[in-house]
Amino acid sequence: MSTDPSPEPTGTTPSGAGNPMLFHHGKTPAWALAAKWILIALALVLCGYIAMRLSDLGYTMWVVLVAFVAMIILAVYGTKRAVPMKYLLPGLILMLGLQIWPIVYTGATAFSNYGQGHLATKEEATAQDIAYSVQQVAGSKPYGLAVAVKDGEPVATGELYFLLTDPAGKNFVGDAKGLTPLTDPGVKVESGSISTAPGYRILNLREANRRSKDLANFAVPTANGGGIKASGISLAFEGRPTLVWDKKADTITDSQTKQVYVARGARWVPKDGQGQPLPVGWKENVGFQNFKTVFTDPTLRTGFVKVFGWNLAFAALSVLTTFILGMLLALLLNDPRIKGRGLYRSLLILPYAIPVFVSALVWQSMFNQEFGLVNNLTHLNVDWFGNTWAARSAVLLTNLWLGFPYMFIVCTGALQSIPDDVMEAARIDGASPLRMLRSIIMPLLLVAVGPLLIASFAFNFNNFGLIQLLTGGGPFNTGNAQIGSTDLLINMAYRLAINGTSPNYGLASAVAIIIFFIVAVISLPGFLRSKALEEVN
Amino acid sequence: MSTAAVPDATPERSPGVQQDPAGTFGKVWWKHLLAILALLFAIFPIVFVISAALNPAGTMSASSLLPRGFSLANFRDLLQDPARPFLTWYKNSLVISLLAALFSTFIGACSAYVFSRMRFRGRRAGLMALLLLQMFPALLAFVGLYITFSKIGEIVPPFGLNTSWGIILVYLGGAMGGSVWLLKGYFDTVPKELDEAALVDGASHARIFFTITLRLVTPILVTVFMTSFVGVFGEFMLASIFLTNADAQTLAVGLYGMTVGNTKFALFGEFAAGALLSAIPIAALYLVFQKQLAGGLTQGSVK
Repeated sequence: MSTDPSPEPTGTTPSGAGNPMLFHHGKTPAWALAAKWILIALALVLCGYIAMRLSDLGYTMWVVLVAFVAMIILAVYGTKRAVPMKYLLPGLILMLGLQIWPIVYTGATAFSNYGQGHLATKEEATAQDIAYSVQQVAGSKPYGLAVAVKDGEPVATGELYFLLTDPAGKNFVGDAKGLTPLTDPGVKVESGSISTAPGYRILNLREANRRSKDLANFAVPTANGGGIKASGISLAFEGRPTLVWDKKADTITDSQTKQVYVARGARWVPKDGQGQPLPVGWKENVGFQNFKTVFTDPTLRTGFVKVFGWNLAFAALSVLTTFILGMLLALLLNDPRIKGRGLYRSLLILPYAIPVFVSALVWQSMFNQEFGLVNNLTHLNVDWFGNTWAARSAVLLTNLWLGFPYMFIVCTGALQSIPDDVMEAARIDGASPLRMLRSIIMPLLLVAVGPLLIASFAFNFNNFGLIQLLTGGGPFNTGNAQIGSTDLLINMAYRLAINGTSPNYGLASAVAIIIFFIVAVISLPGFLRSKALEEVN
Repeated sequence: MSTAAVPDATPERSPGVQQDPAGTFGKVWWKHLLAILALLFAIFPIVFVISAALNPAGTMSASSLLPRGFSLANFRDLLQDPARPFLTWYKNSLVISLLAALFSTFIGACSAYVFSRMRFRGRRAGLMALLLLQMFPALLAFVGLYITFSKIGEIVPPFGLNTSWGIILVYLGGAMGGSVWLLKGYFDTVPKELDEAALVDGASHARIFFTITLRLVTPILVTVFMTSFVGVFGEFMLASIFLTNADAQTLAVGLYGMTVGNTKFALFGEFAAGALLSAIPIAALYLVFQKQLAGGLTQGSVK
């Protein structure tokens, strides 16, 4: 206790609740014990369920981890030992699993080529390539086919499944790994192919046509080394592959064209350099290739530098403009002679009380060129989202509106905490109002709000939502759909990973890791100087 | 982390100020003028949304700053729109924000109690690690989160992508680190003597935590709950990555969907009505808890 420098409780500390004199009988009530054991049991049942599912799906390594977690839960909560851990464990598990693991995993992905066309292991990818090469064997019977995605998956991008009905009327589900019988009684077959299957959303003709490119590259491997391919969208056939994988030499030979393929750049490419590589590549470690791409690929490199520059400027200007407006308003309303200050203040912070997604979308509509309010009121005809600098001004203006109330609130607070006698003394010494602002108010204000300005900079540096909701990163230069004029680095990474036509998780992770380092460099000085560190007791 | 004083955002009632003598207005009228200008800047978008929501013609071309008519047609269209389950979005947003805020406040309070009251090995290192971790926002790890949760969905479907539980879990990843410093600071101000007296009387650590400490720190719990509720309610990036199904989406993702594509001009009235309704929970919280939220602001939560 003697080393505890925390301030003695003041008037702000609530008191009166919880009278310690109530604990004459120190026994834990029975219901609390029961509740504790029920919770432990529930946690263990959940662990057991997850372990079961994991082992069903073949993730043996992870079963061990789940069992380990279950043991820790039992050891921490089932015994009287490790009291601090009893309070920390739930948060710790969530933090390790959902904050640290994703960071580590993102880091690992940055060194791989994970993405569209490189999603599976080499074995799986090769099996798909071989299955894709099947040619129909004369006389083989066709399957009835329904193309489907899992329920809840998006029709346009979800993983494809073949719902197959063989000539004998038996039903199967086929995916990139193979065939499994479909015995659900809810399955209905109409005119030779499945029309309803619980858990699957069957694509109609139009939806299936939109995915014809995916369908052309899709085949279900069968047990005897062949594959099932679609022929149209309601028929499929089984056939023998023309490709043969010589595992020892690590080559693939096409038995019909005699073309030999070798593994290069995580896919099978023709040995003589003539012709197309096989469609499915695999995931592999590519070292620093993604980072190299960011800094050397002509479009990405210039784009990256441009985006980085704008990113810095955006964050700095956002902090500067919101701080200046907020501070000026705080100074303006810090005059006791103004009547109705309370009303002014309450109304001025209104923008802060509205969720950002609402405000950003409303501003987006106000900047519309033809019908938007901004052009209407000012009688301008600016194409706000079509011109680089107009779009950037629109972004900054919107962020000023969103952010100045915050600065207004913190500046008002800081101004009110400046002691009156300091100001009085300066006044008596004959300091002009401007001099007082420069020599007394500003230094005290900056000391108080300085850390918040840094925090605001760090926040705006990754202000994904504002940009995405307002401009979507645009406008885009013609011919380059990857780099927008108002893109922040995080928006660029997002587009590379999620939003593009061919997601490249590896490259996106590399950009995210670069942002990590930039953020670290920006916040490290603040972290090192942070008072909190010295005061840990 | 911050040294800023807690600002007072509520209407000012300084005791030292007398009623303004007549004639002062002549000196400060320009300040009123500037304040009114700032006020117009602050509220014109809000007036615009209200006008657009009440506008009988629900298109963007018919919108204007001041209302041209009064009609609830846009609200009716919005609630009956078969392609946009607005009420489901609303429910999802409220459920996700409420549960995520509740759990994260509780987890934060548990950790803060330990770090404030107990001495154990790794305590200092743990606190530092938590502070360091806060420098890296979760959204930077979105690739790892996305791939992880698409796998989780395979194994335990109720926690995968496109589920409320999945996104709640994502938000809970930072529950411990996000608020532990703020909470610990407040826990430190509650006198330890209360705990010690209870301990002497034979109360267990759990009993002290639940019946004494948690009650005494209620104000900071309210602040943390509110800030995390507001934060989750407005979170867009992870929600838009995780929730692609219309029925699983939150207001942020759903409303965004109404403003992209060619239908945005025709849907503008519906969008404005939706925007207005979406703003209500947060605006109401601000009005009721203005003081707590203003207090939380200076402690490092930034919007």
